[in-house]
Amino acid sequence: MSKNKKKAIRIAVCVALFLPAVIVSKTVELNMYVSLAIFGAIFIASGYDVLYKAARNIAHGKVFDENFLMTVASLGAFALGIVERTGDFAESVAVILFYQVGEIFQSYAVGKSRQSISSLMDIRPDKARVMRNGEKTEVYPEEVTVGETVFVVAGDKIPLDGVVVGGHGNLNTCALTGESAPVFVKEGDEVLSGTIALDGNLEIRVTKEFYDSTASKILDMVENASGKKARTENFISTFAKYYTPFVVFSAVALAVIPSVVIGLSEGFSAAVWGEWIKRALTFLVVSCPCALVISIPLGFFGGIGGASSRGILVKGANYIEQLNKMNVVYFDKTGTLTTGEFSVTGVYPEEKRDEVLKYASVCECSSTHPIAVGITKAYGGEIPEGYEVEEIAGKGIKATKHGEEIVCGNAELMREYGIEFEQLKNDKTTVYTSINGKFLGAIELSDTVKSDAKSALSELKNEGVKIAMLTGDNESAAKRVVEELSIDEYHAKLLPQDKLAIVDETIKNKSANDVLAFVGDGINDAPVLMRADVGISMGGVGSDSAIEASDVVLMHDRLSDIVTAKKIARKTMRIVKENIVFALGVKFGVLLLSAFGLLGAYGMWIAVFADVGVAVLAILNAMRAMKVGK
Amino acid sequence: MKKVVRVKNMDCANCAAALERAVSKIEGITFVNVNFVGEKMTFEYDEAKAGVLEEVKKAAHKLEPDWEIIGL
Repeated sequence: MSKNKKKAIRIAVCVALFLPAVIVSKTVELNMYVSLAIFGAIFIASGYDVLYKAARNIAHGKVFDENFLMTVASLGAFALGIVERTGDFAESVAVILFYQVGEIFQSYAVGKSRQSISSLMDIRPDKARVMRNGEKTEVYPEEVTVGETVFVVAGDKIPLDGVVVGGHGNLNTCALTGESAPVFVKEGDEVLSGTIALDGNLEIRVTKEFYDSTASKILDMVENASGKKARTENFISTFAKYYTPFVVFSAVALAVIPSVVIGLSEGFSAAVWGEWIKRALTFLVVSCPCALVISIPLGFFGGIGGASSRGILVKGANYIEQLNKMNVVYFDKTGTLTTGEFSVTGVYPEEKRDEVLKYASVCECSSTHPIAVGITKAYGGEIPEGYEVEEIAGKGIKATKHGEEIVCGNAELMREYGIEFEQLKNDKTTVYTSINGKFLGAIELSDTVKSDAKSALSELKNEGVKIAMLTGDNESAAKRVVEELSIDEYHAKLLPQDKLAIVDETIKNKSANDVLAFVGDGINDAPVLMRADVGISMGGVGSDSAIEASDVVLMHDRLSDIVTAKKIARKTMRIVKENIVFALGVKFGVLLLSAFGLLGAYGMWIAVFADVGVAVLAILNAMRAMKVGK
Repeated sequence: MKKVVRVKNMDCANCAAALERAVSKIEGITFVNVNFVGEKMTFEYDEAKAGVLEEVKKAAHKLEPDWEIIGL
């Protein structure tokens, strides 16, 4: 049985004994010593570990420790009960007992959210099979060093990045790339940690330590280990640093000053001391800022985890804050708003479509240029073979077979070969085709806008976000995309440094509340991604530069994820603010009321709620951030 | 040299902060960050200094004997 479980059972038994004891003590007049014995026993049973920790930490020189404060509060209440001969010890036990209930709940909630976040990501490898002392043993992936060989069987997660040195099989890479088709790997292939072996046995030589491996790097981003804390979080940790000492000193002051002042004017009395000490003890019970210290990071963590379950990696809690405020978004064109793939939009003359595409395909079939791919894809039929293909750099391609000569390329190439042709009046990319010096026809292509671009952009606009496009392409190509997507502002013919200059200029001139994001493919745009308040890269998993340069990585190539990210950020910030207002409101409320003695006979009970109850409610609220509506 | 270790059974946020403070005071440690929710401690230390890792282990054990430090 785990330690936590044992503690939970012990506390449950104590609560079960405590409730009847309270009822009995309130209804029957018990002898004070009997009452002390009953509540004392429950107190020791429920809180001995708190007492022990308090003692141990004082020995180590740690005074403002929550264990210590709880001990003082509960023992103080016991002492008051004895001195005042009230025999009411229920509340002193309540302090420690419910503090323990809160602790158990906290560790349960934290464990639960840790668990659900790793299952959201589902890429954390938990074991590695390696040779140790001539035997195959399972160890933690953290314990494997570079150069060792790990053994992976079907169903295992690849624990560390490496190279296959034996065996072959299929891998499921879906969790990393969103790609659902399995990937076949054999000896010599690189494999990434976090992918899952579907079949076969693999021997993998480790090339990166656990924390440098892909799975860890991605989890690292999600778990916010980089230490990029949100301003709200920094505020809370600074607050927590001063809060506890402030409350403790106030408690001491509250116990001493009024009693002395009243004592000097009206004469010292045990009743006056008792009343003020009791109020002071209430202070100690609410002196721990636990509700805030745990629930605020947990809220951000939940938001980051929820986003990651949708394939949106956010590098730090501060970017959740920024995404929420984001109101200017600059988009790169090619590969971001458009697919980066060219498709045929027209063939002239239309009646010779098949013939034109066929001959053009002869030239283009061996090229991987996006234009070539677009043409062969549009043709789709069988391409005649046996041609000798020659590329004419920057202009086109020539293919020859048995004296037959096919030339296709731009207008300049046609002129160069002295071919009479009709130049199309358009602003699209055009490929002219000729055979044996005679013009055959023209193919018009354009870069296609992504299917979800229009809806994603209009949703952003509805949220009041200003949108602009930056591109290296020419004016007319840019204009076409801008018109299709109804974007108001655009800048064309930009070199990479121009993009940076524009973003730089905008950031310098914007008002303090504006947050500018740049969305790019993460490969060519690294400097711009870094300069923007929020750099968002798309579809770049596996590319170190994309992960490094950007603040938010969209693992799946979907523009709608930007809208989703903004929604998640807004929800997270709302939850965080709710928790701050709620926790601080209740605590300061209790402090004020108890200072003026307005909490009445149940002051200690209310204080216990303000401490434990608020922490539990705040944690429950924070866990909502993890849930993302589909 | 940078090192990342897992701190298992870390279930109170204040203890995480205490660990960060304690480790930062060790001679030879140049940077430390404890991630409570991720159960991870990242630190940078001077390799030339002997026994730094031992000190880190000791500091953690002193704070909370239940913690299991993996990878140190």
